[in-house]
Amino acid sequence: MADEVLRMQNITKIYPNGFVANKDITFGVGVNEIHALVGENGAGKTTLMKILFGMEPAQEGKIFINGKEEKITNPLDAIAKGVGMVHQHFMLVPSLTVAENVTLGVEPMKNGLFDFEGAVKATQEIADKYNFKVDARSKVRDLSVGQMQKVEILKALIKGAKILILDEPTAVLTPQETEELFEQLFTLRDSGVSIIFISHKLEEVMRICSKVTVLRHGQCMGTHDTEGLNEAAISKLMVGRDVVLKIEKEDPKPGKPVVSIKNLVKINAHGKHVIDGVSFDIHAGEVIGIAGVEGNGQTELSEVLAGLSDFASGEVKLNDTSIAGKSVREIRDLGMAYIAEDRMVEGVAGDMSIKMNIMADRFEKKEYKNALFMNEKKINEAVNQYIKEFEISCDGPDQPVRMLSGGNIQKVVVAREFTSGANFILACQPTRGIDVGTAEMIRKTIVRKAREEGTATLLISADLNEVLECSDRLLVMHKGKVVAAFPKANEVSEETLGEYMLGVKEMTQEEMEALL
Amino acid sequence: MSIDWVAFIAEGIKMATPLVFAALAALITRQAGMFNMGIEGMILCSALGAVVFAHYGNSVWIGLLGAIVIGLVTGMIIAFSSLTGKTDLYLTCIAFNLMATGGTVFVMYLLTGEKSTTSGAFRAYAVPTIDIPLIKDIPVLGRIISGQSLLTYLAVLSVFLVWFLLKKTRIGLRIRAVGENPKAAESVGISVPKIGYISFAFCGVFAGLSGAFLSMSWVQFFMKNMANGRGYIGLSAQNMANGEPVGSALAALLFGFTDSLSITLKNQTKFPTEFLNMIPYLATIFAIIITSMIAINKKRKIEKGMAKGKEKA
Repeated sequence: MADEVLRMQNITKIYPNGFVANKDITFGVGVNEIHALVGENGAGKTTLMKILFGMEPAQEGKIFINGKEEKITNPLDAIAKGVGMVHQHFMLVPSLTVAENVTLGVEPMKNGLFDFEGAVKATQEIADKYNFKVDARSKVRDLSVGQMQKVEILKALIKGAKILILDEPTAVLTPQETEELFEQLFTLRDSGVSIIFISHKLEEVMRICSKVTVLRHGQCMGTHDTEGLNEAAISKLMVGRDVVLKIEKEDPKPGKPVVSIKNLVKINAHGKHVIDGVSFDIHAGEVIGIAGVEGNGQTELSEVLAGLSDFASGEVKLNDTSIAGKSVREIRDLGMAYIAEDRMVEGVAGDMSIKMNIMADRFEKKEYKNALFMNEKKINEAVNQYIKEFEISCDGPDQPVRMLSGGNIQKVVVAREFTSGANFILACQPTRGIDVGTAEMIRKTIVRKAREEGTATLLISADLNEVLECSDRLLVMHKGKVVAAFPKANEVSEETLGEYMLGVKEMTQEEMEALL
Repeated sequence: MSIDWVAFIAEGIKMATPLVFAALAALITRQAGMFNMGIEGMILCSALGAVVFAHYGNSVWIGLLGAIVIGLVTGMIIAFSSLTGKTDLYLTCIAFNLMATGGTVFVMYLLTGEKSTTSGAFRAYAVPTIDIPLIKDIPVLGRIISGQSLLTYLAVLSVFLVWFLLKKTRIGLRIRAVGENPKAAESVGISVPKIGYISFAFCGVFAGLSGAFLSMSWVQFFMKNMANGRGYIGLSAQNMANGEPVGSALAALLFGFTDSLSITLKNQTKFPTEFLNMIPYLATIFAIIITSMIAINKKRKIEKGMAKGKEKA
């Protein structure tokens, strides 16, 4: 342990809502080491690094830097102790120059004015030292993403970082930029900087890291030498299913296509193809699951289908009508129900009552109206019925939704969405962060509605158990494309799935043709 | 009808002065990431402050200083409630502006017993006008450039001072960093509230100068609600130029001309006054709609157009 520059010991972090992000995690990083930290989204990597960088306090555990126990209370403290972090979302000021960004907070001065030339010189010096090619005088907004990342690394280095955290640094880079970054990381490693490399991309981990620590569901699955491991072994450690929830279901009897997606392309404001030519149909009576590491186009796909965002080209038909240019209301009237990814943002209005939240999509209907006014009696009857049916534990229909637990809030959402009479349910992360009992009820209802009522369902979830158990057909998304399709979700092994999710393998169009 | 165009241009530059100051006040808080609507009320308070200080101090310079002090104090009031008290900046500014409208009349009544103007009670003090040698003798140009208020020349100078502050000093660099990405600034140890206070202080100085121009240069007394939306027009001007000092000043100059147009037409033609009064505000609305539409179009082109232009990045 003598040559360990960093040791995080027995780190436990529980968020106020009871979510255990890190449970008793211990790992160490040596000198001249590029250490990989891998795990699925939500496995606790970022939380662990935020604790190290002083952005989040841990409930338990100790941090040792160079063998000495340190308390890190905020990022400035972390920087002073030689820890630097390159965030996934860059902390840069786009309209300023590279030199200004790098020296911000430690600006060189001359005659009481900001010494721009001095900043350029200091930046250039540190860049040359580690063989970074950047123009200190160009504006950050004119740089490529790869160059911005270099600026971020320089920012940490100029403040004397000896332990550098890189949070998914290659997620935004082109292959060429990635190569260049790796060269620089090797240079940094050889000049005495220890690097913690967070990534989903296992081939990169295998290539540049000497050790790998795997996290799964907030727990540490051990630190291993990359030598002697292969990608499949790591992906099994990462993705492995621990609790197997079985859902009994008959084979589907798919009917006519309810939703039909053809060559859908969506481009974000940065010009990136976040959905890149996706085509598939969802038939009546079946549940289609989409698996994938988050950030590979699933969120954007659900937003397009729900009518929350526009798309660049392609076609989406719901019950034989194109949804292009339609409002959310119009799409709902065509037969869509939507369980949104973030229930507090799009699922409910937190300060409004359970009653109002359930009525939100149907208060205009005749049965709830009394001439100009709302038919209070009818509404109360209906809402009380839903509260009973979906077992929402609350003080009554007038309680504000915000006061309920996460699981009960989600029950309010599904009480509305499952009873709206839609024949297409778009369910995004329907059971994220809620208790097992409610999760099971929601999953069973999804399957039951498909079988008994012939509902078409698209289930997008980061919970592999859920997609594997609930879905009939299963699609895998990677980088905005559908890269694999399986006819029977519950027969897919997690190893196989992991390889497609992480982009190790990809099916050809021909292989998938019949399954889309 | 014949219009004296030279007078029109000279009047335009004159009327642009308080707007340029207002735009500078607005842009310096905007650069720090705050849309400060309170400038309107700050200008109004400073305009009253100018005549009160001048009257009791028996000097136009004490009046000018007083206007700046009032600008600073009012700026600190807004900054304190928004940055330290964590109130919503917009609501704070609206409340402050309403308070300024009533409060200035109240103070004026206490001091003079008048409710609409101080012209009867207080002596008139005017910031001197300056005749520039040689230039004043050039025909046409002399009438436009020379003979303006000292504050008008100071406004021109201030545009470059603000530019220098933002681009060449450390505080300017930090103001811009905080305004654009407060998280980035915070992550390198810059105090975001502290930068906010500093930018509000600069804002206060310029709002003070704007107010002083109104009550000691444009006219030589304070009258009820004399800011008359100039703070808001200043905000629009800096918004059109994305907070750049020179661009903001040019936009303010444009609005100055619309002001001058309404004054000139009022004096020299028979258009209905009520309609002419509307011109500066109408121009503001059109100007911000047009600049905003240009920006939206640009964004839309990226999202849609690149689908064709740059297939498969």
